[in-house]
Amino acid sequence: MSEVIKVGMADLKVCISPDSITTLGLGSCVGIAMRDPVTKVGGLAHVMLPDSTAIHNNSNIMKFADTGIAELVRLMEKAGANRSRLVAKIAGGAQMFAFQNKSDLVRVGDRNVEASKKKLAELKIPIIAEDTGNSYGRTVIFYPESGDFVIRAVGKEERVI
Amino acid sequence: MDDLNIEKVSEQYFDVLKEIGNIGAGNATTALSQLINAKVDMSVPQVKLLEFSKLGELMGGEEQIMAGIYLCVEGDISGSIMFLLEKGSAKHLVSKLMMGMESPGDDFGEMEMSALKEIGNIITGAYLNSLSTLTNLKIYPSVPDLTIDMAGAILSVPAIEFGTLGDKILLIQNQFFDDCQIDGYFILVPDLESYAKILSALGIM
Repeated sequence: MSEVIKVGMADLKVCISPDSITTLGLGSCVGIAMRDPVTKVGGLAHVMLPDSTAIHNNSNIMKFADTGIAELVRLMEKAGANRSRLVAKIAGGAQMFAFQNKSDLVRVGDRNVEASKKKLAELKIPIIAEDTGNSYGRTVIFYPESGDFVIRAVGKEERVI
Repeated sequence: MDDLNIEKVSEQYFDVLKEIGNIGAGNATTALSQLINAKVDMSVPQVKLLEFSKLGELMGGEEQIMAGIYLCVEGDISGSIMFLLEKGSAKHLVSKLMMGMESPGDDFGEMEMSALKEIGNIITGAYLNSLSTLTNLKIYPSVPDLTIDMAGAILSVPAIEFGTLGDKILLIQNQFFDDCQIDGYFILVPDLESYAKILSALGIM
């Protein structure tokens, strides 16, 4: 039987086919799904903030786009993925409220998406699909077998990217 | 100030918040009661310091549909405050307020959204008032913004703000009752400097 592995907020996990991996209610956070299409090793990270170097209390590396992605790649390689074959799909980074604080947390969703893209580019992992931005929450499920990234939102039809 | 850690702060802050929560919720209950013209009771508020991963569970799962009302706070302290209501409770309150004039079905129309914003405004206003009175700090809330979505997605907003300080989130759970139970949650997110200001205004630091 295949299992559905759950990833929480500021969390990441590796998943091997036929299991699938999910994270519920992504808001301004970003979900980064990656897989090796040959060994079918997949992984999903749910990051909250763009940059670990901008924050003093950064002990939880899974919280940040830069360190979270690096850690997920490391764990996936350990589980049998080959970095040169990895491909990524990303979702989330919504702006949940029309206005938000005037501080640097403005548009944190966008900044999370940008930081995720930057880190993936740095690691030479191509992004083959994305569903980011807008103003609604998303639940995502990733299947390392097919690479399907299923996205659900309130009052909207399910999408597969 | 850099090593001021939310977990350390909150130990001292806990009882204070509980008291503020009590008074604030008391004020909010009175306001709510006047608004819907019915008797409203409340239970003792619970202050919780939770890991991000436990947040969704508290509110019935990350995919539970909630109404989130969010305001920025300015003045002597800065930050934001969020008030969350389960969708059914929100619908119930709106229906009370609009005395049966609301649109049928599960969805919220423009009028309902506006009514809900007003409810959020009054409740958070009552809460902030008690904080302001207790600390003698000037606190001005902004115009509220409202969204109805999955709990996880709404909570990502205050969670991200807390995320810059630590790995936990501080919230106050309030239960109101009129003829049915209304679960409401307050999340006050002062920035680090404001934490210190609140604590020193209360003579703790």
